[in-house]
Amino acid sequence: MNTTTETTDTQAAAAAPNRPPQLRAARVRRQGVIKFVILFVTLAFLFVPLVSMLVFTLRHPLSGRWSLAPWIAIFTGNGESLGADLTVLWQGLGASLALCAVTVVLMLLLMVPTMVIVHIRSKALERAIEWVATLPLTIPAIVLVVGLGPIYRWLSSAVFDTNPIWLCFAYVVLVMPFAFRAIAVGLNSIDVKTLVEASRSLGASWPKVFFRVIIPNLWQSILSASFISIAVVLGEYTVASLLGRMNLQVALYQLGQSNSQISTAMSLLALLFGVVLLVALDLISEHIGRSRTGETKEGK
Amino acid sequence: MTASIAQHGPVATKGAGPSATSASSAIARHRKELGTFAVTVPFFAYTACFLLAPTVIVVVGAFQTRDGGFTLANFSKLFEANTVSAFVTSIIVSIASSLIGAVVGGLASYALVIGSKPNGLLRRMVSAISSVLAQFGGVMLAFAFIATIGINGIGTMLIKQVTGLTVNPNWLSSLPGLVTVYCYFQIPLMIIIFLPAVDSIRPQWREACESLGGNTFQYWTRIACPILAPRFISAFLLLFASAFSAYATAAALFSQRSILVPLMIQGAMRNEMDPNQQGFAQVLAFAMIVVVAIVMLLSHAVEKRAGRWQ
Amino acid sequence: MSLAQQNNVTAGEQAEHEFKNDPTATLEGVRGKDVTKAAKALLKDSATRGGGIRMQDVVKIYPGSSVRALDDFNLDIKPGEMVVLLGGSGCGKSTALRSLAGLEDIQGGRILVGGQDVTGVPVNKRGMSMVFQAYSLFPHMTAVENVEFGLEVRGVGREERRRIAMEQLELVGLADQANKFTQQMSGGQQQRVALARALAIKPRVLLLDEPLSALDAKVRVQLRDQIRRIQLTTGTTTVFVTHDQEEALAVADRIGVMNHGRIEQIAAPQDLYQRPATEYVATFIGLTNRLPGASDGEEAVVFGQRVPLLPGSKRGDPVAVLVRPENIALARAGETANAAGEHARVEVIHFLGAVARVDCEISSGEYQHWNKGEQLKVTVQLPAGELPAGLAPGDEVVVTPRPVAALAC
Repeated sequence: MNTTTETTDTQAAAAAPNRPPQLRAARVRRQGVIKFVILFVTLAFLFVPLVSMLVFTLRHPLSGRWSLAPWIAIFTGNGESLGADLTVLWQGLGASLALCAVTVVLMLLLMVPTMVIVHIRSKALERAIEWVATLPLTIPAIVLVVGLGPIYRWLSSAVFDTNPIWLCFAYVVLVMPFAFRAIAVGLNSIDVKTLVEASRSLGASWPKVFFRVIIPNLWQSILSASFISIAVVLGEYTVASLLGRMNLQVALYQLGQSNSQISTAMSLLALLFGVVLLVALDLISEHIGRSRTGETKEGK
Repeated sequence: MTASIAQHGPVATKGAGPSATSASSAIARHRKELGTFAVTVPFFAYTACFLLAPTVIVVVGAFQTRDGGFTLANFSKLFEANTVSAFVTSIIVSIASSLIGAVVGGLASYALVIGSKPNGLLRRMVSAISSVLAQFGGVMLAFAFIATIGINGIGTMLIKQVTGLTVNPNWLSSLPGLVTVYCYFQIPLMIIIFLPAVDSIRPQWREACESLGGNTFQYWTRIACPILAPRFISAFLLLFASAFSAYATAAALFSQRSILVPLMIQGAMRNEMDPNQQGFAQVLAFAMIVVVAIVMLLSHAVEKRAGRWQ
Repeated sequence: MSLAQQNNVTAGEQAEHEFKNDPTATLEGVRGKDVTKAAKALLKDSATRGGGIRMQDVVKIYPGSSVRALDDFNLDIKPGEMVVLLGGSGCGKSTALRSLAGLEDIQGGRILVGGQDVTGVPVNKRGMSMVFQAYSLFPHMTAVENVEFGLEVRGVGREERRRIAMEQLELVGLADQANKFTQQMSGGQQQRVALARALAIKPRVLLLDEPLSALDAKVRVQLRDQIRRIQLTTGTTTVFVTHDQEEALAVADRIGVMNHGRIEQIAAPQDLYQRPATEYVATFIGLTNRLPGASDGEEAVVFGQRVPLLPGSKRGDPVAVLVRPENIALARAGETANAAGEHARVEVIHFLGAVARVDCEISSGEYQHWNKGEQLKVTVQLPAGELPAGLAPGDEVVVTPRPVAALAC
């Protein structure tokens, strides 16, 4: 009742002598508190290990000395000061980066043309492909490895060698569900059929339709499929370690046995790379989205 | 008027078309279908080699004797005490971490959506971080927790300095420790899966509920929870499958002990030459497929039930 | 349309009037003794159900904004009346409705329903129910479960609430769809379920927030007539918000035209059209010509023709006189006996069935300053039969305002 004397809100005081009860605002404030508590606790749980990792790399666990040595070792490529041999790490990193590239290319070649054509032509085949492509979610990597073991034993003796790059065949299967979803989202958000019919009626050949019309419209989903594939490949440990090949994670594990600080620092870097990829994707898609809507506004 | 006239034109020509060239168009259609199928051949051939073949090898291997005959004997190992306990541990860890992940992740999704702009900075930041952390399993995750609460972990030392208590150095390899570590990728995974579900809750539902006389409790029990329940359950099941199949994190945390099914498979694969271990890896892998397949079928059934009204 | 609307009084007043003065009069197609019963029922119903509404000096400022979405907003609604709030986007019409419902806090003023101050009463205790623009039905419930919801939270027994819900669905003509999930229904059906749900709790006030804007034109017309019919039979006090003037004219007892968080004018549809109080109202509802004239406050001279003025008109020379297209006469040049009028050239002729609309351009250059330096244009509407035979674009005509009261501003 006597809020007028207490309140400093001039607007309310000017509006009426008795400010009506602000029931909705009170609820918004209550929700705000709940929201803050939930997000604070969740984010704290997610960030504490990351911060610990950072501190762990800077402070020697036994002597308690603070130094940048692990980071210097990584960026100079010389781990002698810490008594660590980094060749394994570079081997693993090289293998993983090469695997990323090969896996992404193979995945795109295998998925994009098939999915586009099936999307236009046959609902039944599209469902079949969806079923197959999402199957790896039901068959865990550890199970797949049991079956891949004999296949890779045969492949490495009869066809290829034991180079880790051949892991790409297994990795394409692992990234398939994620890639499928990303591309399917793109296909469903544009009217591919009309696009194709329109450009065919304008006299474009099939390759021209594919590269000049469909791919530019799917650009965003292709990018997102590629990024998620890179993230999966960089983090892959199960298949590589059980098939006895080297990649980044296997190298990190091995290095972790002798120098946990360097491997922790490298893990943080890999994570940072992942965040940068995802944020870049977010920014790119927002940019594409904005320029598209901007165009339509001008059109109107 | 004009619209109906315009519609008649194409229909008439369409009607005339097929009757004149029906034979040739049937062949053309057939050729087109064949062409479509031909395009999918590389995809299906590839998946046959690297997805179907390994699966078949696992399934066949589970039923095979050393010299290739059919047997069910391999399955007897499934009922040995340590195998059973590995399955029980795996399932307990998966259920516990999925429950915590689903509840915390679900609440976080709600907190991100409620009363915020659909494309707010906080929300975009958290979902970008979540998509990275959901993939952040394996060796790196093990390092993160070793750095936090391992023997020389930062958390361990802080606790010791502040409270004087010593954290059990084996806590990370205990059940609660493992559940905590798994939660680290379960919570972000839940946020990614569940955000769209919370987005689909319309503010009008709450306003309608209130204007019809419902209070907050009635809104949650009669409207919001029943609407979210199917997607919450199917998300929980997906989280269960992801925890149950996780290998790398556990492998990096325990190098020797085979307390989880994936670790047991690893052990069996290493000892494949041992005649006692014949087909054991395949049997375990087969059992894992069965468990995950049941979970996926359940999740499908829940979604289908909700599909009645979605 | 209904009796009440024609005579510009509320349904309640209409019933009372019929009952007292002439028990044999027609009421909604019933005759003789039945009308007494109908009127009595109507009166009783509106007395128990329809609360009058008073919104007094209501101020609404959205958080983080300095604009007053409602600026000393005043509105009085009699029991059983249907008032439409009409205005463009951002005029505050939805804010007014949501404040009345309690879905928005107000920063000043008070709201009374049936004489009781509800300013501090939470939404779910106000006894009002709302129909939203779209998407407000609960998707996991069937149509009949949706309608039951309001009764369920009030603790009405299972059988009783099913019976009431079915009655309501019957009223909106959807009894046969009762067990369908609402997402399987068409937009029009969904809004009818929403209406049944809102009515099932027998609200003191029914609030409709653009309930028809998400629907097809044809369904819109059907449903708005159905809403009006149901409102008249139940006698529920109703506030209807829309941006569609045709909708407003069709259903309202009174229309409040809103602008900048206030009601510019509130009056019966016909009054609003024929006697607009402000330029905003005149231009918002229907078409109008803005013609130059000399005004003494009582009368204006436009194109040499005397035109009586509405109260509130400005005096001066020149002023803008707002003349409806149907209040302008058109004749071929040289065929008119009247000395007044301006020569014009026909630009376009639109045939709209019963009427025709002719867009003309005044030939004389002396009015250019009225139209940003371009030739003044005049739109004339007349019954299609009165169109001069063979009139074609380019023809010379004379346009003369008719002596019908207009607003000068």
